[in-house]
Amino acid sequence: MVSKLTDLTISDALDLLNKKEISSVELTKAHLAEMERARFLNTYITETPELALKTAEESDKKRASGATIGRLEGIPIANKDLYCTKGVRTTAASKILSHFVPPYESTVTQQLKDAGTVMLGKVNTDQFAMGGSTMTSYFGVTKNPWADETGVYNLVPGGSSGGSAAAVAAGLCMGATGSDTGGSIRQPASFCGITGIKPTYGRCSRYGIVAFASSLDQAGPMARSVKDCALLLREMAGFDAKDSTVADLPVPDYTQALTGDIKGKKIGIPREYRSKDLNPQVAAVWDKGIAYLKDAGAEIIEISMPYTKYALPVYYIVACAEASSNLSRYDGVRYTTRVDGKTLDEMYENTRTDGFGPEVIRRILLGTFVLSAGFYDAYYTRAQKVRRLIYNDFVEAFKSVDAILAPAAPTTALSYEAMKNMSPVDTYLGDVFTTPSSLAGVPSLALPVGLAENGLPVGLQVIGKHFDENTVFQVAQALETAAEFDKKPHYVKG
Amino acid sequence: MSFNEKTIKNIAHLARLRFPEEQEAKFMQDINGILDWVEELKEVDVSQVEPLVSVSPRESAIREDVVTVGGLQAELMANAPESAHGFYVVPKMVE
Amino acid sequence: MTYTIKGKTADWELVIGLEVHCQIISQSKVFSPSSATFGAEQNTHVSFVDAAFPGMLPVVNEKCIEQCVKTGLGLNAKINKYSRFDRKNYFYADLPQGYQISQLYHPIVGEGYIEVTTDDGTRKIGVERLHLEQDAGKSIHDMSPHSSFIDLNRCGVGLMEIVSKPDMHSPAEAGEYLRQLRAIVRALGTCDGNMDEGSMRCDVNVSVRKVGETALRNRVEVKNVNSVRFVMQAIEIEANRQIEIYESGGMIDQETRLFDSVNLETRLMRSKENANDYRYFPDPDLLPVILTDEYIENIRRNLPELPEAKKKRYIETLGLTPYDASVLTVDTETAHYFETAIQGHDAKKVANWIMGDLFGYLNKANLTITESPISAENLGALVGFIGDGTISGKIAKEVFELMIETGKAPDVIIEEKGLKQVSDTGAIEALIADILAQNPDKVAEIKAGKEKLKGWFVGQIMKASQGKVNPALANQLLDKKLAE
Repeated sequence: MVSKLTDLTISDALDLLNKKEISSVELTKAHLAEMERARFLNTYITETPELALKTAEESDKKRASGATIGRLEGIPIANKDLYCTKGVRTTAASKILSHFVPPYESTVTQQLKDAGTVMLGKVNTDQFAMGGSTMTSYFGVTKNPWADETGVYNLVPGGSSGGSAAAVAAGLCMGATGSDTGGSIRQPASFCGITGIKPTYGRCSRYGIVAFASSLDQAGPMARSVKDCALLLREMAGFDAKDSTVADLPVPDYTQALTGDIKGKKIGIPREYRSKDLNPQVAAVWDKGIAYLKDAGAEIIEISMPYTKYALPVYYIVACAEASSNLSRYDGVRYTTRVDGKTLDEMYENTRTDGFGPEVIRRILLGTFVLSAGFYDAYYTRAQKVRRLIYNDFVEAFKSVDAILAPAAPTTALSYEAMKNMSPVDTYLGDVFTTPSSLAGVPSLALPVGLAENGLPVGLQVIGKHFDENTVFQVAQALETAAEFDKKPHYVKG
Repeated sequence: MSFNEKTIKNIAHLARLRFPEEQEAKFMQDINGILDWVEELKEVDVSQVEPLVSVSPRESAIREDVVTVGGLQAELMANAPESAHGFYVVPKMVE
Repeated sequence: MTYTIKGKTADWELVIGLEVHCQIISQSKVFSPSSATFGAEQNTHVSFVDAAFPGMLPVVNEKCIEQCVKTGLGLNAKINKYSRFDRKNYFYADLPQGYQISQLYHPIVGEGYIEVTTDDGTRKIGVERLHLEQDAGKSIHDMSPHSSFIDLNRCGVGLMEIVSKPDMHSPAEAGEYLRQLRAIVRALGTCDGNMDEGSMRCDVNVSVRKVGETALRNRVEVKNVNSVRFVMQAIEIEANRQIEIYESGGMIDQETRLFDSVNLETRLMRSKENANDYRYFPDPDLLPVILTDEYIENIRRNLPELPEAKKKRYIETLGLTPYDASVLTVDTETAHYFETAIQGHDAKKVANWIMGDLFGYLNKANLTITESPISAENLGALVGFIGDGTISGKIAKEVFELMIETGKAPDVIIEEKGLKQVSDTGAIEALIADILAQNPDKVAEIKAGKEKLKGWFVGQIMKASQGKVNPALANQLLDKKLAE
């Protein structure tokens, strides 16, 4: 028996639940208590303790009665506050949706409910998932449970799924939903020393997830092991008639891919990722990761992806263009908060200027501009063309390799102070290694592989072919086994 | 400076946003910084490249012509900042 | 002759294009599963997708795709096997998403044409494209002095926007194009074509140029022109306005104007400077629509007879004039009435009765053909009774009036009123003998060569018989009597 219920992995907890050694109520209570203790981390925007306990009780009853139970029956999780949850406030960490209670449930969270999970609450994110730190949240920044070298909690958890990553790392939930548009699952996973996967675009339904950039947004799980991510993704993924872009493909049992054997697998190491932006300490962990895979029998192949350096600007043009349109619906007429005005236009302007934070406004302005008359071809169309070249880079690479290994972020977690003084462009550089795979739509999993000299976790990402999450899980698990990453954040160590 | 005072006013209006002068200047500076940065895309030869619109493998997702929802007036109005008699209410619009 | 407007300095010709929005007939909306039907209580036919709630996504209704393809085939147009949706971005209270899903770059239907017949003959008017888009909701401005009220029931109903080429040159031609288009969509069952209820709406693009000029001058878009008559009026009014401005040294800007059907004028709605920048871009929530040849052919095989084909059949097999044929095929109801009425009767004569007396009455009484008090069967029977000599053409007019008044069948009226034509030669001869005997002086004059007086005698015969004598027979028997 593990000393703390909140340290368990999902797969271990399921074993204990099935052996009736623990109950879902116990597990849920342990997490609720921990959530209370960890309020200073500001991971949750909305906690739903009553709902959680009620669900856990029902779950225990169900298990006791011998009825068919879900594959994740009784497991407490958190949902990024971008997923619409029926009857539970969903804010997208914004002021404009700060009072919005959806009358419907997103497909992904519904499927997780159906699998028997217990929702503990809604966790923080950058506002409308725009940012890499949770600093753009209307509900305040989330603290990384990893402290800096002086022992102070003043590091960002990354973002946008920073609340999910911090909550998972601190033991405030067993797993969490995240969403990834340009790195929003993988970068915070790396900053918080946990595992997260952005599956192939079209693997999970986007129905009921507050949209940021529709051609890039993808739901994915975040947890404390590769296997837990596989367990969660299996429930989250799948066809949905309510989303035109989701693939009509069967969802494999990803846990079957976790064989531990990667002998003969060809792993590509993209030359272009060794850029000037790459912190040497991160580079060192990357080299360690390469060595682990080689030792495990994989064939390491250096590859070239020449358009990599253009991914960031392409990403910001495409994502902001789509966002500028996606966020037009927040207009003070049907469900957002409203700030009155004498005319309709004045009401729109007052509502939107007041309701959106500066980063959201910046992106709406940029996106509106790149779509505007006279600039559309120069910016938007050109970006889409370069996007194809980036996509082709991956298609080409996967002709010779089974998966790609790269750093998830160029640095370890940064401090608020450091980030506050950065220009927008400098903060965007944090997405340099994650945006290429987002633009190509390929699956990518980030997992912790080592610590940097500053004592902070460094994540690497395993990138696979479209809809080949199996190989991604397989390689990631081999890496996880070899790395034996068992470091806990300061908050958990106490 | 492709993004000047006139541009930001126009763009802000298109996006139904409006801010005081000093904020406007800050946003203008930020956007110009981003635009300068994305300039590097101009060095790529895209003359023979088709734009990539979607990476989804599907086409023509269609649904049958059946009505499955309706009568949600109460739920809709429950979320509205202002409503009356089952209508959304907005400041008077002039054509 | 080409239509021109005579100005002070020159003769001007018109260049006209129409953009017609047709509401698609379907059960549910184009991107959501709420009802597309008209007339429900406010905001009851609205899904969370229509109201653009966070995270809601569009999924295309297959019926709307089919209706577009059908209409495209009816417009003799190219069906695009690859089409895609774009977002047209603008803010308006009845547009919840803040953008309308439309098709700018890859419409589902490409170039086609409509054959239009006017007094100047038959011409093919080009169709530029047909694209699929969603309708907006409705704003109501007269319920409160300070607020507007929004009903989203119509929001998201499928629309086909059919854009013509700038191929028309007279109000009559534009009016006829619109009539034909309406006839086509009605025949296909893709739109009810009801302009009063707004299920068919028309914007008109008008420019003028001096006769002989080849370049196009700036065009003005006139919105809110919602009947065939208004389209014709708006064109004439707008063209005259433009000519006046040009002739007094002014210029016409490419602007948007509103038609005011009460004051018969067009008013500035949006100048070029204030033109919306719609920032169209491909909708990332929707994937391309890919159609197969098999799918298109299957729809083509099952198309009903279109007005154009019907018209050809009326001309070629029923012997109608092209003009009559196009009038009778202008809508399905008229064609149906005509085809029912001609069963067993002379098609040309039936056509004359419909287009003459019947339309005359219906117009005056402001009724549609489906509201006609005379059924198609009864009108056919009336023509039949003339043909077989039961009544004269003159009596037929009287019977027709009574049919309108009473709604009775012609045979019943003829029987009741004793209007049967007298064809008993003996009786007529006796009548003639009587009249001749009463007017010996006039008989003498005829015999002396004053042939014209014969007409007077025929008149007397008709009068005496209350019009029941066949006039030809009366003439013939009169000649015979006089020759005795």
